[in-house]
Amino acid sequence: MSDHAAHVPGLAHHFVNMEQQKEAGTIGMWLFLLTEIMFFGGLFLAYSIFRAKYPDGFLQGSHLLNVYLGGLNTVVLIVSSLTMAMAVYFSQLGERKKMLGFMAATLVLGTVFLVVKYFEYKEKFEHHLFPAYWTYHPSATHPPEQYHAHVQVFLWIYFMMTGLHALHMIIGIGLLLVIMWMGHRGKFTKDYNSPVEIFGLYWHFVDIVWIFLFPLLYLTGFHVSNGGH
Amino acid sequence: MASEVIAQAEEPRLNYLNNGHTVKSWLLTLDHKRIGLLYLFSISIFFAIGGIYAALIRLELITPQGDLLTAETYNRVFTMHGVMMIFFFLIPSIPATLGNFLLPLMLGAKDVAFPKLNLLSWYVFMVGAILMLITIMTGGVDTGWTFYPPYSSIYSNTQVTLAGVSIFITGFSSILTGLNFMVTIHTMRAPGLTWFRLPLFVWAHYATSLIQVLGTPVVAITVLALAFERTLKIGIFDPKLGGDPVLFQHMFWFYSHPAVYIMIIPSMGVISELIANMTRKKVFGYHFVAFSSLAIAVFGFLVWGHHMFTSSQSMYAGMAFSLITYAVAIPSAIKTFNWTATIFKGSVSYDTPMIYALAFIGLFTVGGMTGLFLAALGLDVHLHDTYFVVAHFHYVMVGGAIIGYLGGLHFWWPKMVGRMYPEIWGRISAAIVFLGFNLTFFPQFIVGYLGMPRRYHAYVPEYQVWHILSTAGASLLAIGFIMPVIYLTWSLKYGEKVGDNPWMAAGLEWETSSPPPTENFTYQPVINHDAYEFENVKEIKEAAAKEAALQTA
Amino acid sequence: MSLFSFQVPFMPEQASKFALEVDLFYIALWLMTIVFSVGIVAAIFIFMVKYRRRRDGEIPEQIEGAMTLEILWTVIPFIMALGIFAWGAKIYYQMYTEPKEALEIFVTGKQWMWRAQHPDGQREINTLHVPLGRRVKLTMTSEDVLHAYFIPAFRTKADVVPGRYTSTWFEATKPGTYHLFCAEYCGTQHSGMIGTVTVLEPGEYQAWLGGGTNEPPAVTGERLFSSLACSTCHAADGKGRGPKLAELYGKPVKLNNGSTVAFDDTYIRESILDPGAKIVENYQLIMPSFRGQVSEEQIAQIIAYLKSIGPKDGGAAAATSAAPAAAKPAATKPAAPATK
Repeated sequence: MSDHAAHVPGLAHHFVNMEQQKEAGTIGMWLFLLTEIMFFGGLFLAYSIFRAKYPDGFLQGSHLLNVYLGGLNTVVLIVSSLTMAMAVYFSQLGERKKMLGFMAATLVLGTVFLVVKYFEYKEKFEHHLFPAYWTYHPSATHPPEQYHAHVQVFLWIYFMMTGLHALHMIIGIGLLLVIMWMGHRGKFTKDYNSPVEIFGLYWHFVDIVWIFLFPLLYLTGFHVSNGGH
Repeated sequence: MASEVIAQAEEPRLNYLNNGHTVKSWLLTLDHKRIGLLYLFSISIFFAIGGIYAALIRLELITPQGDLLTAETYNRVFTMHGVMMIFFFLIPSIPATLGNFLLPLMLGAKDVAFPKLNLLSWYVFMVGAILMLITIMTGGVDTGWTFYPPYSSIYSNTQVTLAGVSIFITGFSSILTGLNFMVTIHTMRAPGLTWFRLPLFVWAHYATSLIQVLGTPVVAITVLALAFERTLKIGIFDPKLGGDPVLFQHMFWFYSHPAVYIMIIPSMGVISELIANMTRKKVFGYHFVAFSSLAIAVFGFLVWGHHMFTSSQSMYAGMAFSLITYAVAIPSAIKTFNWTATIFKGSVSYDTPMIYALAFIGLFTVGGMTGLFLAALGLDVHLHDTYFVVAHFHYVMVGGAIIGYLGGLHFWWPKMVGRMYPEIWGRISAAIVFLGFNLTFFPQFIVGYLGMPRRYHAYVPEYQVWHILSTAGASLLAIGFIMPVIYLTWSLKYGEKVGDNPWMAAGLEWETSSPPPTENFTYQPVINHDAYEFENVKEIKEAAAKEAALQTA
Repeated sequence: MSLFSFQVPFMPEQASKFALEVDLFYIALWLMTIVFSVGIVAAIFIFMVKYRRRRDGEIPEQIEGAMTLEILWTVIPFIMALGIFAWGAKIYYQMYTEPKEALEIFVTGKQWMWRAQHPDGQREINTLHVPLGRRVKLTMTSEDVLHAYFIPAFRTKADVVPGRYTSTWFEATKPGTYHLFCAEYCGTQHSGMIGTVTVLEPGEYQAWLGGGTNEPPAVTGERLFSSLACSTCHAADGKGRGPKLAELYGKPVKLNNGSTVAFDDTYIRESILDPGAKIVENYQLIMPSFRGQVSEEQIAQIIAYLKSIGPKDGGAAAATSAAPAAAKPAATKPAAPATK
């Protein structure tokens, strides 16, 4: 629209200058993450209320989860946060190749996470542990039958929280592909890399959510020998 | 007025309205002004639908027997009235129409921070709205707009899941709009436009956006959980399945009480503008009015439990929520006093926007004060879920939010379309709305105290006299609402053309042309003074000079 | 009390001890509302007329604000608000503090009817008969969705929630028949879930109770306790596979996770329907759930039985909320013929 906007690559016409645009993007992402916190916050509230209500059911439910796969995924996500941070770092230096390399590493790690998650879910479905009324038929002994109703509550919280988290991962991978494509096309320079930085915020947020989910869901029954009291 | 300018420009100047005439140029527009009009058009339709439902309710309640509608139909009617009015009219009303149109103009910006996101919000809103229309066509919902489980999750056999999905989606539209506004206010202010030079309309929208961003996700997750309980039969809220029905109430009101402030705070912002400009006075106690909006937004998050005094939550929780509720009442009182003080020694115009502003102060005072009745624990035990509650929130929502919306619409109408509405009809309809409104809702306070519960299809005969009065008022109110639709539409073509600043108002939006050009300003505005500095208004100076010349002649 | 004879009522009848206080409060708040709204509207009208715009070009003298005024109209409303809060909280406290020595009536809400059972076994549907001048406590639960028990003439209301017990109480002060409404939306026939509350002189109430062959709930509960085979495990000698329940009502119970819970109505109900939720220390979870096998009324009868074999002092010293057992029927009373 205006003349000077045409000179600056990446500057949208309604912004006065690059700083304003970058500030807008950053504040926007932080606000978005705030809404995400509130979004997950509702589930964390439900988690704490039901855990207080059914402590034994949560213990038994937690035993059903595979701590090793969950632990593996935790490591995978933490490393992916590191690679994403590196990608942001190299985008600031304007080193396109290294930036793309670390993005690719992040992409691979994110995909590994989802694949592991897929196998975890698959196992739950096969054991009839998905908490919907038409599939939920856990074996009579594991967990003990009298806990089935409470474990079902644990399991819907598990599926809702990890499912929502996985959805964020899938969206994140989609966005990452877009950012990589833009980077490949040479859209980012030393002066213009805010999409990379802003995406980094999102990726770290999704990572942090998992850092809370892992102990709350997987480790709750870890210190107790199998079978409970 | 700028008569020379109009005389020169024989062919219409390029503005946002005539910059493209195709349907595509509207549906793919990134211009915040056009998006504002898209919202205006859509929410007017939803208001009409909600209004038809309201009319059906009032007709049914003329007689104590449930003789016009069946109980099944009546329950759907009042539910859909609430859902349409709250989620598809009141929440988007002022922010999405006037807010969208005016925020960038008031900030001296070319657009909101994220124009594409802004358009996306409208589409998301429309997807949600269309799902709700499908819900209506496939039978509607009969749970009440509060969707309390386990009735909504297990027992109702209406379209609850679809309605839940619709509200979930619409919520994202609200979140995105709020986010967009907050970023816009943070980053898009013109040079020199510091926070305390902002018009109070902008402050009000900042507070509103904060609630939208923080509160809406919680209701989104709540209706999602409700939909899961309904479809998968997992125990979240139904105690038979292992859930907790009171948990739903907590989560629902954590959003839905602040949502009341989403509806009223923008209206308060409009009223501040109207009173300042219609009396040509700085708003008395600007800082207090600005911060009271923020205080309402923040405290508003701490009072949700006052909807649950009889719900079996602990007595001491009830006391805490009651106490905080009284704290949140204070900022509203501060605003009311400051507006009244602003009129003192002003230069008071009697034009339609001012009539609405004054009606707002009166009705909002009654609405707010009756809120104190409901926050009073021992009294609320009797009043909870009666028509007293219905009357109270209609005083705040219609007498507050809608009156403010109509006042704002009349005030900025010439800026939006470049033509003036017929003033005399404006005043008549404002008076009809005021009278009709009071006649409709004041009797409901009395019938509520008598014990008439809300959501009753049939009632005991001794309440009838009040219901008849209420229905009579509703007919008057309907006329008052239909009139502006007619004359505002008429004025699109036949209204008198206006210059940049027909009200001789202060504010950046009045310095650009009417209707404004697509990029809002042909120059970069620079601000070096506070809001509401009437000495700087060119049109007043010219008028004063003309009057001085006449006197000396 | 309708102020006019031709059915233009302004206030519901005052028929309980709360009614007068609530009405006074209500009137006081209206007076305050009228003073404020009339004051503000009058000020606006005076300003509008006095300061109407006289010339198109006039700019009035600007006033930025006044700190003293701002403080005044922040502090004064705040103090008034605190006063209203305190008044409201006081009434609420009375309404929600369980009364001593009250007549306990068990109420079940169900789409779309109200059932009540009196301590000596008399039952009624959509009506409630209560004696004049005696505290009456309603213990309520719902079999399906949310309801609310609302008696406008008594100014009392409480939600009736499935899965838990709620309660409300009142003391009727005027004989007569009053409205009973369901105030929490509960589905299609919500507005049909209404009935009457009849206040009788104590003598008439006794006579009303006597009309019919009734079995006290505690007696029915005792029969249920053996017919459902509860007594097999919860043996009276304390040697069963479950804890002994005599002399226990109202006392604290230690759980296997180290915490303590009062053995009250809520815990008994939960244990019958959901035995795994809270397990007593040193016991295994072997009890099956009785969900679907017992109705809410039967649970109430079992509770009444356990209460009747509870400690003599009602366990009041230990329990926080459980009211002293007012159940006069003794477990030793011979079982009357089954009412079904």
